[in-house]
Amino acid sequence: MTTDQQVVLITGARKGIGRFLAERFVRNGALVEGCSREPPDWSLDGYTHHLADVADESQVKAMMTAIGRRRGRLDIVINNAGVAAMNHSLLTPVASLDRIFDTNVRGTFLVCREAARLMQRRRFGRIVNLSTVAVPLRLEGEALYAASKGAVETLTRILAREFGPLGITVNAVGPTPIETDLIRGVPPEKIQKIVDSLAIRRLGRFEDVANVIDFFVRPESDYVTGQVIYLGGVS
Amino acid sequence: MTTLSAADRDTVVALIASSLRDLYEQNGISNADGDLSEDTRLIGRHAALDSLGLVTLIVDLEQKIEETFDVALTLANERAMSQKNSPFLTVGSLATYICALIDEQRNV
Repeated sequence: MTTDQQVVLITGARKGIGRFLAERFVRNGALVEGCSREPPDWSLDGYTHHLADVADESQVKAMMTAIGRRRGRLDIVINNAGVAAMNHSLLTPVASLDRIFDTNVRGTFLVCREAARLMQRRRFGRIVNLSTVAVPLRLEGEALYAASKGAVETLTRILAREFGPLGITVNAVGPTPIETDLIRGVPPEKIQKIVDSLAIRRLGRFEDVANVIDFFVRPESDYVTGQVIYLGGVS
Repeated sequence: MTTLSAADRDTVVALIASSLRDLYEQNGISNADGDLSEDTRLIGRHAALDSLGLVTLIVDLEQKIEETFDVALTLANERAMSQKNSPFLTVGSLATYICALIDEQRNV
């Protein structure tokens, strides 16, 4: 059975910006599906949570099958699940590389691939991946995180070309530091240094990210794909 | 050990034909081969589908097979791509290949 409402999938929806976006899409009338490795401590009418690791192919496939069977469609995907780590490269264990690339690159690819399989049935889809200003700013201490998001940007640009003929756009938004768990372990002076390098010198807000996502996912943006928009005036 | 019955093979052929007709319709392709048959070409000079059409056909078939037979197949795996005689050559060769994969899955 296919619903008339838009169906949105948000990965990493348990907390932070993922939760914010889930609540926002529900408020705007969408049916929202979310996932994370741990269960959320909240629930919401119009929101369905899946316990799934985006880096696990069988779990991603099972989640998409469940969405396809229950909703009959998938319109929007926000690839928000992400892992960050700050460390000098000389002090970084290879296990960090595996952990970061598993979620950020493998996870983004798997979710894009399986989502596009569902989306192509209706010849419509909007995929938004999450990058970071750490890519263009080439921040010291964030080599692996920035490299993984650099890969996400390349995936975004190439998948945009592959999925374009199927009516699916793929774009990315690169936020500045936002007050979330992801930057909790980063020294305040390091964050301030990044903020000072921005054209607009403040921390990002969830609303800033949502604003770019709104633009990418609106029906009129069907001629906008393969783009990466950075916040805060970074280019 | 169980193998697919002739009726199951007929179902697989019907699924391929149904997906192909949908694709022809979506892309405004008039069926150059006349009626679809097991000899209908899927790739090569005499095929009506382009490379994206073949990708779409494979994705669509994987979904239909899962719905019909309750098995999740990956049709375009490394083995298929490296076979000398491509299983994607005709409707018939693809049906044979899909039946073999379903058998494998069921007998694991």
